[in-house]
Formats: sequence, C-alpha cells, structure tokens
Amino acid sequence: MSEAKAGGTGSRPLSPHLQVWRWHLTLAASILHRATGMALYGGAFIAAGWAISLAAGEQTFNCYRALLGSPLGVFVLIGLTFSAFFHLANGVRHLVWDSGLAFEPRVATATAAGVLAFGAVATAAVWTIVFLHGAA
Amino acid sequence: MVSYRTPLGRVRGMGAAKHGVGHFITQRTTGAALVILILWVIAVALGVGHADYATTVAWLGSPWNAVPAVLLIGTAFTHMNIGMQVVIEDYIHVPATKIALLILSLFVCWSGAALGIFSILKVAFGGAH
Repeated sequence: MSEAKAGGTGSRPLSPHLQVWRWHLTLAASILHRATGMALYGGAFIAAGWAISLAAGEQTFNCYRALLGSPLGVFVLIGLTFSAFFHLANGVRHLVWDSGLAFEPRVATATAAGVLAFGAVATAAVWTIVFLHGAA
Repeated sequence: MVSYRTPLGRVRGMGAAKHGVGHFITQRTTGAALVILILWVIAVALGVGHADYATTVAWLGSPWNAVPAVLLIGTAFTHMNIGMQVVIEDYIHVPATKIALLILSLFVCWSGAALGIFSILKVAFGGAH
C-alpha cells in the first residue's frame, strides 16, 4: 500500500489498511472499543427512553418495561451490559496509556486479554443476578 | 502583495488559542466520570430494574438518585457526541456528508440529553401521574 496517488496523499507513507494487519488481541480490543462505543451510543437513547417513558406515565412505563423484558430486549440489554463493561475497562486502559505507561507489546496484549475477560465475567455476573432475581 | 506587517504580527491571535486539546481533555474527564456513573447505574439497575411504576417514581424522588441520573445523562451524551464525531471524521471523507452527519449527531445528542434530563426532573419534582 505504498502507492496511494488516488487518495491525494502523494508519496506520504500510509498506515497499512485493515486487510493487511495480522489479527492480534490488541487489534481486536481496539476495534471492539470503537464498536462497543457505537453500541453504547444507541444504548444511551434506550436509557433516555426509559426516563421519558417513566415521565409519560404508568401505562407507557409498563409498555417500555415489557419491551425491555422481551427476549429481544434482554438480548440487546446483555449486549449493552458487555459493551458498557468492556468499553469502561478498555477506557481505563487508554487512561493508563495517556499517562505514558504499559505500552510494551507484552503488557498491552495482557491488558487487552484482561479487559476482554473483565467484560465477559462482569456481564455474566450481572445477568446471573438478574435471572436469579427472577425479573429482567 | 507587499505587507508591512511583521511575521509575528500576522500570526498573533490566529494560533491554536489554547483550544487544541479541548476534545482530548473533555473525552478523558467525561470518561473518568463515567467509570463511576456507569458502575453506579448498573448497580442500581440490579436493585430497581424490576420495580413497578410507583416504586421507581419514589426512587427517583430522592436527590441521591435523581442527581447522579442527571449527571450520567449529561456526561454520557457529551462523551458519545465526541466519540461519534471522531468516528465520522475517520470514515466519512465527503465534506458535505461529513458536516451533515456531525451536525445531525450533535443535535440528536443534545435532544436526547434534554429529553432525558427533563423527564428525570419531571418525575423527581412531580411524582406519579
């Protein structure tokens, strides 16, 4: 990808495009950070909708609750829970990087695995509690 | 065209104006605040998530719950507007489309935040209807 005249970049070096990267845990965490950020963008409107339905009155609130409690609603909420936990943990990882620490490849790979595991475990824990409570 | 102004005179007042890192700082301060607020909202969702209408309204009547909820909405919508802006700027290269999407995302975020905060305050101050 050294020649990129079509993009108007002339002879400037380009970073490799997505398809020529070798898949790696740090790459997956980076892409997932952006993907979960986009998912949470939608999730914020679901949360705002919850507040709006509460303000609209009991009937609307119960409808909204039924929607969130439906199989599709629960599926979306589980996805959003994972997105929140992963994006939060990986965001902290970014804050640590901003302080100039933990850039070594081995450490970066280990923390990528750590935040993925945290997202999965925390999501499983939250939804275990929800299902044991008997209500979603 | 000959200019009689000095190089310093030409650039003075036209530099970064100390706003160059505004988004960078905002994304990180809101992110740090959201660490606490998101953990809070997940914890309370486990508690009141399955409560009925009256219980939920009473719950939001407490300032200890309504104020963090308002903070969460304000902080989250600020954070995600900047995040979406970065994504749009990264992937959309047609200027008109890019500007339209940036303005759309900004308006949608402001509207969502305003509706969410108004709703929380309405319930917090007004109670059940």
